[in-house]
Amino acid sequence: MLSFFASRLLATGVVLFGVTVLVFALIHLIPGDPVEIMLGESARAADREALRAALGLDRPLWVQLGDYLAGLARGDLGQSLHYRQPIMEILLERLPATVELAAAALLVAVVIAFPLGALAAMYRDSIWDRLAMGFSLAGVSIPNFWMGPLLILVFSLWLGWFPVSGREGPASLVLPALTLGTALAAILARMLRSALLEVLSEDYIRTARAKGLADREVLWRHALRNAALPVITVLGLQLGTLLGGAVITETVFSWPGVGLLTLEAIQQRDYPLVQACVLLISFAYVAVNTATDVVYAWVDPRIRLGEG
Amino acid sequence: MSAAIESATDSESPLLTVRGLTTAFPAGGGELRVVDGVDLELRRGETFALVGESGCGKSMTAFSILRLLPAGARLDGEVRLDGADLLALPEAAMRRVRGRRIAMIFQEPMTSLNPVLTVGRQIQEVLERHLGLRGRVARERILELLAEVGIPDPGKRIDEYPHQLSGGMKQRVMIAMALAGEPELLIADEPTTALDVTIQAQVLRLLQRLQRERGMALLLITHDLGVVAQMADRVAVMYAGQVVEEARREDFLRHRRHPYTRRLFQALPEARRRGQPLATIPGSVPSRFDRIPGCRFAERCDIAQPLCRERAPELLPVAGQRVRCFAVDPRFAARFPSPPALDVATEAVPGSRQQAATPLLEVSGLKVHFPIRRGLLKREVGRVYAVDGVDMAIAAGRTLALVGESGCGKTTVGKAILQLIRPTAGSVRFDDTELTTLKGEALRRRRRELQLVFQDPFSSMNPRMRVEEIVAEGLIAQKMVRDRRERRERVAELLRQVGLRPEVMDRYPHEFSGGQRQRICIARALAVSPRLIVCDEPTSALDVSVQAQILNLLAELQREMGLAYLFITHNLSVVGYLAHEVAVMYLGRVVEQGPAEAVLADPRHPYTQALVSAVPRVEEGGREVIRLEGDPPSPIAPPPGCHFAPRCPWAEARCQEAYPPVTALGEGRWVRCFLYGD
Repeated sequence: MLSFFASRLLATGVVLFGVTVLVFALIHLIPGDPVEIMLGESARAADREALRAALGLDRPLWVQLGDYLAGLARGDLGQSLHYRQPIMEILLERLPATVELAAAALLVAVVIAFPLGALAAMYRDSIWDRLAMGFSLAGVSIPNFWMGPLLILVFSLWLGWFPVSGREGPASLVLPALTLGTALAAILARMLRSALLEVLSEDYIRTARAKGLADREVLWRHALRNAALPVITVLGLQLGTLLGGAVITETVFSWPGVGLLTLEAIQQRDYPLVQACVLLISFAYVAVNTATDVVYAWVDPRIRLGEG
Repeated sequence: MSAAIESATDSESPLLTVRGLTTAFPAGGGELRVVDGVDLELRRGETFALVGESGCGKSMTAFSILRLLPAGARLDGEVRLDGADLLALPEAAMRRVRGRRIAMIFQEPMTSLNPVLTVGRQIQEVLERHLGLRGRVARERILELLAEVGIPDPGKRIDEYPHQLSGGMKQRVMIAMALAGEPELLIADEPTTALDVTIQAQVLRLLQRLQRERGMALLLITHDLGVVAQMADRVAVMYAGQVVEEARREDFLRHRRHPYTRRLFQALPEARRRGQPLATIPGSVPSRFDRIPGCRFAERCDIAQPLCRERAPELLPVAGQRVRCFAVDPRFAARFPSPPALDVATEAVPGSRQQAATPLLEVSGLKVHFPIRRGLLKREVGRVYAVDGVDMAIAAGRTLALVGESGCGKTTVGKAILQLIRPTAGSVRFDDTELTTLKGEALRRRRRELQLVFQDPFSSMNPRMRVEEIVAEGLIAQKMVRDRRERRERVAELLRQVGLRPEVMDRYPHEFSGGQRQRICIARALAVSPRLIVCDEPTSALDVSVQAQILNLLAELQREMGLAYLFITHNLSVVGYLAHEVAVMYLGRVVEQGPAEAVLADPRHPYTQALVSAVPRVEEGGREVIRLEGDPPSPIAPPPGCHFAPRCPWAEARCQEAYPPVTALGEGRWVRCFLYGD
């Protein structure tokens, strides 16, 4: 188990380094002169030179990379052009909102998806199955930019239960979390159903039933843990996306998270900030994927201990 | 004799009584009765064998007794355990029977254990559910059970996961799990079919001992008549959802009364049937057998009369047996030809003794090692010595059988000969051409003469290709046909050659039975007119009667076309029937080689002796079974000296020091064992 951890961590380190170099290169990949694009064509030459110096673009590339990496190690991501404050501060301010939303959406998704998927698999082709899969189809097909406004219309404007937008107190979290969570739940429920159907036809399920276990025990102890493996994969990928900020949902609900920040940064041509946001999103992805691998190993001893 | 059975029944009420058991599944608008009116009686402490080929309903009968059927199944009749009707019990009460009073073990120990739970946890469930044992008490009991089924080092194994155990160990765990509830009846569904023969011998012995000690009844489901002869007190033969014959073992082995049973025994490949075609049962089990008005076996029966197709025979008592056949019914017996002479051994046809000509294939010093790589840099940290020095030769028109248990490297030898895996060292000469150094186009051209037939006819064909495309692939690759018309003609000819109608060429593999698929695979191999065919367990996945058909076909093709076969198998009966020479492999090396008849009749290497003696045989007689303990060691770290020494009953000190050299025994036989040195 320890060597498994060590090798995963090492691999993660290599990937993160690669990601960092790529993100660093981002600003140099902008066609033409990045400074001109940031300031517009009408900017004065002196301003351009000042910005070029501020960004360090006048120095050799490898020095810039070294500086960037050194800064990163200190937690210094540079200054935002628009907000005129350290990028790290901005990110730290926005990150909690995104993490909060992602966690809430995940909770909503799991709470909906597991009973739904299990019900559909256990009573295959019954009315339960059809209802659950109907919901799932709807959840996958309805885009968030339509689902969000619909929820606002019903629960905020008509019923007045939750605030329309912003982030003030737990009530404001409900609608964005529902919007993101139902979409995710739809995918997960479908995955879980098909994984469970496969597992339920395995020989060891028959063994469990031959022991005299009740259907419920068979499902909980024997089937779910095996069926969870493919679901965890999808969950990991989706959670990575959520942590990178759900741009559309955050925009619809004016949720002050990383997604909204990224969008604003792009609109304001705040390239250092865009760079930092992309870096954060990448790191979130890599971290979640590593976590997924670890969870995988914890669930499946064949990965943890190696195929015998 | 019948009186003896009667009185035994009277003195003690049976443990399990099955009456008119019928299991039906929805099928095509109606129902298919896969089990159709089965009657059985099991007494306490008795072993009752349920025999039949795949699809006859024997496993379904077992699942029906435990009510472990898939949704949609309909169950009818009576299953009484100690008088109480199990089919009438509510599901919750039935769960107190499963695992407690009736336990079951399955064919595939590899897939029958949950991969994500420890062995101990899976046994504990039974103790918790049925005996209320938890914590330390439960753990103590699990350790006892593991020790009882012969698992070494239970304290370590209890916390391991199934994938860390060998196949034989897993089946022992399954047995421990079944014993945990202290059942009165154990149902074993082909418990040793997936295991090697020496491991099978261990598991069968274990089942016998446990049954004796615990006075448990055993319902043994098997297709292996040898296992029946070794284990059973009584036997029932099933065909097409019905019991067609029931008898005590002694009677069953002496008088096979139903024509189907008789044919089954005649289809067994055995050394004494060498050189003669095996009896086969024409056709296959009818698909909607429950709709046949007469006898279900009639259309495949060699003595069937018009009567048999009109009326369904009942299960009739005959001299202590019960038989479902009009031929044994005194009212109708006169209409049938007198029962054919009992299956008497005939002299082997000479000719198999002909002197071997110059070899077509010569293998010497063949080694295949697989590197084991670890870590980020994929350093080589060890090697799997899959094949570690193999010599052999096969002449045209001859069959060399390569025998050994799983993991001994026999399949790798086959692949290395065909250059599908490049050997690490050694030479493979085919018709005076060295294949190991051949490359590209030259190798591709040579491949035409060497073909391969696989074990599993279900997975060795692309399901999305038609039979014509499958068979013709080699023809096209080797540019042996000019146009489509010529191709179809050639495919038609090939299909006829393997006993299939040419019309089938436009169908897909899933439309065929296992035996038919294997015929298609053989046609595919024949397409390019090979001179040597490597047959890798070609009949292991098939039923006995179908196996006989395929073996007959292979023998016929060899006679007609002078083909050489390298026949890779674990089945010694097939070797005795078919092979001219045999090479016995253990852990990457051949330990004994020579003419098949001589080696099987008088094996010299202790491993060959153990292998030969472990095969359950139909003939009775006081045969000493040489018991091998433990599993074969890993080819990653072969034991020093003779690889077999750790399991060998005659091992001496020097066996651990060096691998024994070849000792010639005359008549083309040799052995690698110090017992025969100097």
